[in-house]
Amino acid sequence: MEITREQVQHVARLARLELSDEELERMREQLSAILEAVGKVAELDLVDVEPTAHPLDLVNVLADDVPRPSLPREEALANAPDPEDGFFGVPAV
Amino acid sequence: MTVDTLRLTAEAAAGLLDRGEVSAAELHDAYLAAIGERDGELHAYLRTLDEPNGEGVPIAFKDVVSTRGVETTAGSKILAGFEPVFDATVATRCYEHGLSLLGKTNMDEFAMGSSTENSAYGASHNPWDPSRVPGGSSGGSAAAVAGGLAPWALGSDTGGSIKQPAALCGIVGLRPTYGTVSRSGIVAFASSLDQVGPLTKTVRDCALLYRIIAGRDPCDSTTVELPAPVELPEGTDLEGLRVGVPRQLNEAEGIEPGVKAAVDAAIQLCEQLGASVGECELPLSVEYGMPCYYLIAPAEASSNLARYDGVRYGYRAPVEGGLTELYERTRHDGFGDEPKRRIMLGTYALSAGYYDAFYGQAQKVRTIIGQEFRAVLQDFDVLVSPTSPTVAFPLGARTANPLAMYLSDLLAIPPNMAGLPGLSIPCGLSEGLPVGLQLIGPQFSENLLFRVGHALEQAIGFDSVPERLR
Amino acid sequence: MSAWETVIGLEIHAHLKTRTKMFCRCATGFGEPPNTLTCPVCLAHPGTLPVPNRTAVEWTIKLGLALGCAIADRAVFARKNYFYPDLPKGYQISQYDEPLCRGGRLGEVRIHRVHLEEDAAKLIHVGASGRIHGSDASVVDFNRGGTPLAEIVTEPDIRSPEQAGEWLKLLRTTLRRLGVSDVNMEEGSLRCDANISLRPAGSGQLGVKTELKNMNSFRFIERGIRAEIARQEKVLRGGGRVEQETLHFDPRPDAHPPITSLRSKEEAHDYRYFPEPDLLPVTIDPAMVEAARAEMSELPVDRLERLRRELGLSAESARLLAFRGELGDFFEAALVPDGGSRAQVLANWVTGELASRLEDGQDPAASRVTPQALGELVEMVSEKQVSVGAARQVLDKLVAGGGSPATIVEAEGLAAIDGADELAGVVAAAIAANADAAQRVRDGNAKAIGPIVGYVMRETKGRADGTEVSRLIAEQLGI
Repeated sequence: MEITREQVQHVARLARLELSDEELERMREQLSAILEAVGKVAELDLVDVEPTAHPLDLVNVLADDVPRPSLPREEALANAPDPEDGFFGVPAV
Repeated sequence: MTVDTLRLTAEAAAGLLDRGEVSAAELHDAYLAAIGERDGELHAYLRTLDEPNGEGVPIAFKDVVSTRGVETTAGSKILAGFEPVFDATVATRCYEHGLSLLGKTNMDEFAMGSSTENSAYGASHNPWDPSRVPGGSSGGSAAAVAGGLAPWALGSDTGGSIKQPAALCGIVGLRPTYGTVSRSGIVAFASSLDQVGPLTKTVRDCALLYRIIAGRDPCDSTTVELPAPVELPEGTDLEGLRVGVPRQLNEAEGIEPGVKAAVDAAIQLCEQLGASVGECELPLSVEYGMPCYYLIAPAEASSNLARYDGVRYGYRAPVEGGLTELYERTRHDGFGDEPKRRIMLGTYALSAGYYDAFYGQAQKVRTIIGQEFRAVLQDFDVLVSPTSPTVAFPLGARTANPLAMYLSDLLAIPPNMAGLPGLSIPCGLSEGLPVGLQLIGPQFSENLLFRVGHALEQAIGFDSVPERLR
Repeated sequence: MSAWETVIGLEIHAHLKTRTKMFCRCATGFGEPPNTLTCPVCLAHPGTLPVPNRTAVEWTIKLGLALGCAIADRAVFARKNYFYPDLPKGYQISQYDEPLCRGGRLGEVRIHRVHLEEDAAKLIHVGASGRIHGSDASVVDFNRGGTPLAEIVTEPDIRSPEQAGEWLKLLRTTLRRLGVSDVNMEEGSLRCDANISLRPAGSGQLGVKTELKNMNSFRFIERGIRAEIARQEKVLRGGGRVEQETLHFDPRPDAHPPITSLRSKEEAHDYRYFPEPDLLPVTIDPAMVEAARAEMSELPVDRLERLRRELGLSAESARLLAFRGELGDFFEAALVPDGGSRAQVLANWVTGELASRLEDGQDPAASRVTPQALGELVEMVSEKQVSVGAARQVLDKLVAGGGSPATIVEAEGLAAIDGADELAGVVAAAIAANADAAQRVRDGNAKAIGPIVGYVMRETKGRADGTEVSRLIAEQLGI
C-alpha cells in the first residue's frame, strides 16, 4: 500500500518527528511495505464484531480519594533538562 | 566454595544461602566475576551493581524495569542517564523477597525488536554462538541466564519478547496471562500487550519467580488477583492431559526443518508421558495475528512514546528555535529507527480517516483471535508449537528489512493477542542451536503450563549450558 | 432589530474539588509553590499508570443527575493525543464516544453531554523582563496537572450574551450547591469556551460557528461573545463568509482587534482518540446512581418550588433567589421566624435594592450588610417605622459600613414622621409653594401631584411615607 511523501510528512508532523529528505524517503518505502502487510486485516468482514480494548473482562477499578505524599520538589526536578527556579523550563511556545 | 554460575539454578542458590554455604556477597561476586569474564563477548548487561542490595538470590532486570536511583534506559538514547525516582512494582516485590539486583540487561530499544540489534547501546550475543543473536527484545536477560551471568532474570513480552529469546538461548521463559503481573514502573511499549515475566534455567525457577512477582497491584488498574496460588511443579507425567497441535502454528511457512523435528519429537514425548494429542485449527489467528499486532502495538506505542519530548527528563536536543523544533529534533536524535517506524505506523493507524480501517479493524480481529483460541481450548488443555520458526539467526541477517525481523514472532504473537499465557522450554537442538517449544494455555493456567513444562523438561533432559561453555 | 439570530453553545470546564487528582493521589491545591504537588504519574515518568479517582466519578454522576442527564451504563476513558508542554504524557485522558452523562437540561438550555477528564498543567510565559534569564521562554508548573475536570457541553440553545452570562450563573450556583466545585473563575476552577454562529432570523439551519476561548470571568464572557457577534455581523454584512476557526478574546480595552485567530480549521488538531488501554471501562449500576441522587442537596429548581410553596413568593422572585444561590442564601438567613407574611417584601428588597447595590457578581455574604440587618430594616419598613425612601438611605449606609439599621436611623434622624400634625403642616406648606400644580390636580390632572410630593419628601428628607403623603395632599386639596 503506497503512501505518499506528503502523507509521511503529515504523520511525522503529528508525531513531532523531524525527518531528513533521505529519512523521509526511506520511511515512505518501509511504511508502504508494512502497511501493505498489516492492511490485510481489511480482508475480514467484521461489521458485527465488537472490538477488544482489554484482554480481561475487568471493570470499575477505582481508587479512594485519599491523598498520598507528593514528591519533594528536588526529586520532581531531578531529571529535568532545564530546571528554572522550581519550574521546568521550555523554549517559548 | 566456587560457584558454578553456568549451572546454578535460583532454587539451588536459595538452598546454598539458606544453609549458609555461601553468603549473598559471595554469590554476587561470583556473578560479577563471570560477567567480567564473558560479558565483554556477550554484552548482556548495560550496567551492573558492585554491591548486593539484598540477602537473597541475585537477579538481573531487563532495562525496561524502573529501578530507583539506577539508570534505566529501555535500550534508548532518549533515556540515557535517566534515573527513576521510584521502583517498578515487580522490582519492589523482588526486593521484598530478598532478591538482590545484579544489574540491568540489554534490550531492543523500547522493547521493539526480536534480536537486541535495535538497542542504542549495541547488540547482545547468543552464548551458544556469539555470532548470532540472542533474540529479543529481552535478549540481554536471556543471554545473561543462558551464559551463566545471572541465575534468573526479568524480561518483558509484548509480541514474544520473552518467549522468543528464551527459545533462541535454550532457556525457560514465561509470558504470563495479561493482567497477572504489574506494569507499574515498566517503560511502556504497548499497554494492552506488555507483560513482565521470568527468564530462568528451569521451569521450577520460573514458577518460583512468577510467584514472587504476580498478583494485583493497586498502582496498575489492569491487574487482577491470581485465582489460585502458584504451585511449584513436581510431577513427571502428563496423564489425562489433552494436548492440542494447532496446524497453522506448526506448519507455518518459514519453520525450519530442524525446528519442526525437535518440536515433533517433543510432541511425541507428550504422548509417551500419558497425554492424548490431537490436531486442531486456528484458521485466522496465525494468518491475521501479525497484522493485528503490528497495528495495535505501534498505535499504543505511538501514544506511550509521546511523553519523550525533552521537557521533564531524558535527552533534550540543543536547538536555537522554539518548541516545535525542540520536540522534533529531540525525538529525531533520541529515537532509533525502529521506534520511529512504529511511532509513524501507529500514528497513521490512529489518524483521522484511517482509524476505522486500521486500528478499529485490528481491535475487531483481536476479538476473533480470542474467540478462536477459546474455542480450541475447550477441547484441549494446552496447545503446543515451536516458539520461533527458526533457531538463532546471525547478527545482521535481518536488519535490512523490518518485515523479515517481524516474522521472528509469527508464532509467539497469536496467543498474546488473546491475552493468553505462554511458556517456552528448550526441547532440543537443531544444528547445534537451541529449539524452543511454546506451551499455550487458557488465561490463568500458569500452574498447568508449569506442570507440563516441568514434566517435559525432566523427560527431555536438555542441558541449558551452551556447549561451547561447558 | 438585527437580521441575524445569534446561536451560542457553551463548553465549560469545572474543577471538581476532590482531595486528590484524577489519576494519581497527589493532593489537589491552588497557590502552592510550583511543582510541589507532583509525583511520577502526573509528571508522566516512564512506566507510570493512571488510577482513577472514585469520588470524581461519583461527583460527575451527581452533576449529571443535577443537569437532568441520562447516566451511561458504561463509560470509557479515551486518550486525546497532542503535544504541548503542559500535557506531560503527550495525551490527555478524557472521554470520547462513551461519556458518563448525556442529554439533560438546566433552565432554558439543553445539555449535550458531561464527561470527566484531567486538567493540563500550568504553562507560564516569561518575557525578557521576567526572572528567567534569556529572551523568550516558558516554564511549567505541574501542580494543577491531573486535577479532575467535569466538561459540560451545552446544545446551541443560547441566543444572547446576556443569556449566556445568566445561565452560567445558574450553572455556578448548581455546582456550588452540589458541593462538587468551588467554581471560582479567578482561581481557574471554572473555564468557559463559547461556540458562536449567526444565521438569518427565522432560519432553522446553523451557520458556521467559531470557537471563542480564553474568557476567564463572567464579564469577559459576555463581552467576548458580544465582540465576536459584532465581528461576524460585519463579515456577513460585507458579503463575506465566516471561517470556522478557534479565536482568542483579548479583554483589554485597548485591544484592537479584540478577537484574533488561534488556529484555523485546517490547523485543527487530529487528536487520534482511542480507548485508554491502561484503564478499564466504568460500569454504572442503578445503585451507584441512587446513591449519588440521595447525596444531592437541594438544587435550584427544587429551591424555586419550595420558595413558592412554603413562602408564597412570586414566580419571578423565587426564580431569582433560587438561580442566584447567594441571593437565596442571604434571603433565607434574613427571614425572621414568623416573617412568612413579609417574605415577599424581603424578597423584593434582596433581589432589588440589595442586589443593585452589589458589585457585579459579588456575593452579598461578602458585603457589609448582614442578613439580620436587612431583615430588621425590612421589618421597620413594614412597621412603618421608616419610609421606603429613608430605608434606601439606611441601606446605602449599611452597604458602605455595616452596622444596625436602628442605630443608623437614630443617628441620621431618618425615623418616619408619624405625627399627622407635623406631616400635615409640611403638606400644607408644599401645596402653598406649588400653587399651580395644586390647581392642576384640583382640575383633574393626577400626575401634577409630583412636585408637591417632591417638596414634602425633600423637606422630610424622605422620611415621610409616600402613601400617607398622597392621602394628606388629596385631603387638603379636597379631592
